[in-house]
Amino acid sequence: MSASLLAQTEKITPPSIEYSSLSPLLIVFVVALIGVLVDAFAQREARRVIQPVLAAGGFIAAFVAVAVLHGRHALLAANAVAIDAPALFMQGTILVFALLSVLLVAERQLDSAGGAIVASAAITPGPKGSTAARTSADMQTEAYPLMVFSVTGMMLFVASNNLLVMFVALEILSLPLYLLAGLARRRRLLSQEAAMKYFLLGAFSSAFFLYGLAFAYGYAGSVELGKIATAVGTTGRTDAYLYLAVGLIAVGLFFKIGAVPFHSWTPDVYQGSPTPVTAFMAAGTKVAAFGAILRVFYIAFGPLRWDWRPVLWTVAILTMVVGAVLALTQRDIKRMLAYSAIAHAGFLLVGLAGTNTDGLRGAMFYLVTYGFTTIAAFAVISLVRTSDGEASDLSQWRGLGRTSPLLAGVFSFLLMALAGIPLTSGFTGKFAVFQAAIEGDATPLVVVALVCSAIAAFFYVRVIVLMFFSEPLADGPVVITRPTLTFATAGIGTLATLVLGVAPQPLLDLANTAASSGFVR
Amino acid sequence: MNPANYLILAALLFTIGTAGVLVRRNAIVVFMSIELMLNASNLTLVTFSRLHGTLDGQIMAFFVMVVAAAEVVIGLAIILSIFRTRRSASVDDVNLLKY
Repeated sequence: MSASLLAQTEKITPPSIEYSSLSPLLIVFVVALIGVLVDAFAQREARRVIQPVLAAGGFIAAFVAVAVLHGRHALLAANAVAIDAPALFMQGTILVFALLSVLLVAERQLDSAGGAIVASAAITPGPKGSTAARTSADMQTEAYPLMVFSVTGMMLFVASNNLLVMFVALEILSLPLYLLAGLARRRRLLSQEAAMKYFLLGAFSSAFFLYGLAFAYGYAGSVELGKIATAVGTTGRTDAYLYLAVGLIAVGLFFKIGAVPFHSWTPDVYQGSPTPVTAFMAAGTKVAAFGAILRVFYIAFGPLRWDWRPVLWTVAILTMVVGAVLALTQRDIKRMLAYSAIAHAGFLLVGLAGTNTDGLRGAMFYLVTYGFTTIAAFAVISLVRTSDGEASDLSQWRGLGRTSPLLAGVFSFLLMALAGIPLTSGFTGKFAVFQAAIEGDATPLVVVALVCSAIAAFFYVRVIVLMFFSEPLADGPVVITRPTLTFATAGIGTLATLVLGVAPQPLLDLANTAASSGFVR
Repeated sequence: MNPANYLILAALLFTIGTAGVLVRRNAIVVFMSIELMLNASNLTLVTFSRLHGTLDGQIMAFFVMVVAAAEVVIGLAIILSIFRTRRSASVDDVNLLKY
């Protein structure tokens, strides 16, 4: 055997790498590395200006590169990376959401002590820590390079044509997020707890993904998605390997989108993380993880779709029901949006259950609409504050419609979009995925989805009623009205929600073009 | 020796790791159990590499080792910062976020 292996090693030629086609990924990666250097060498105050400008500039440059690459349809870097229309569509989406989130992280006007990120991650909360360190207006500027690294991982995750690359990308996107979750300036204990829970459960689920990868290799002799698909039914090896691979990889991916029964981290992490990071995570990770799910299930396990469809149906139904019902009982507004995120993951899975091109189109469109709305919603949440940080408890939002009607009006509009009321992007998004599911013979699933939408609408409307039809608190929260970067993010998100609700056709056409050109195999 | 036995060994290690994550209370031990799961996956990869007569699986094991090392850095940093606050590394003590 060793002789045959030696003969094989001599034949290896280095793969040709088409750097131009990988340029969006490379730009973001280089910007992250420069960010690390800036943090090491620049002055403390200069860092707080250079870092966000650098990160935002990198995202814009990468977005331009994505736009230039449109129409590419090729496998690159020894078939490890697929640059095709769906991948580019999702990379562009991730970059837009990352840009909006950077504006939130760079915000310094809201909190008298500085931004949402702690002065130093090593600060011990409570009486034990030094007071000077706790009240410092400084910021741990490593947050920016960490975010950019995470975006690199997300962009690679949606474009990987190889399970191993997908695993590495999964870790590149997750590891910085674990750290970012623990960087909140206020409520340090909650933030650290969120980081630990996210880390332990995230590492646990990626171990499942890896074990599934090992079985996929065992079955197909390769971890390339296309080769796994062609190996189905043609290799003489036992199907048990294949089913183990499908199941274990699904566990890893379902964890990332927060599908039931792998959702338990979502509310805790959404609540404990700094709000800008929550917004980034809610929008970016969802796009990245769904991009990967679509790619794995449509390409690698496409021939098996009659086997995994029932599992997907079960998970989708559970996710929608649990998300919608548990959101009813929440008293913390970030936690409520977390359960809403779980329910939305379920709606997205409904689109996937149709297993057709329309499902791909619908899911991509839905991800864009949901991302804009959710980032804007978290931006609005960070504007409502008490003396010790954000007023995240629902009771503090009582009567906000009377004291600050504009903010309450915008938030109500965003909640209606999340509920899927017509003339908002939430409606067009839901329509796109449900239509795809009906065409894919998944009508029962759509019925369940509609019932869950109705349940979900109840708790969104409850918040609206609370804001507009109850007496304001005497010592209620303060709404920040200084024009700030957060205003810009909330404004762009809300505008996108409105525009995509009233005139969705251009984006639908774009998604349609991307979906019908399909995944490169 | 039949290489398939190594698959069984890896499955046992993976199961022990999973059980460890679910039942152990110390965050460090939970983390070690996760590492055990990663290493069980590595053993599976190397065994399949031998069964197929290709080197791919062994190369993948190297990738996994690098990723696991990065994960250790992040994980220990998070666990350490929690330990400095609470003087405890028990996963039962981090219970502020619930319901």
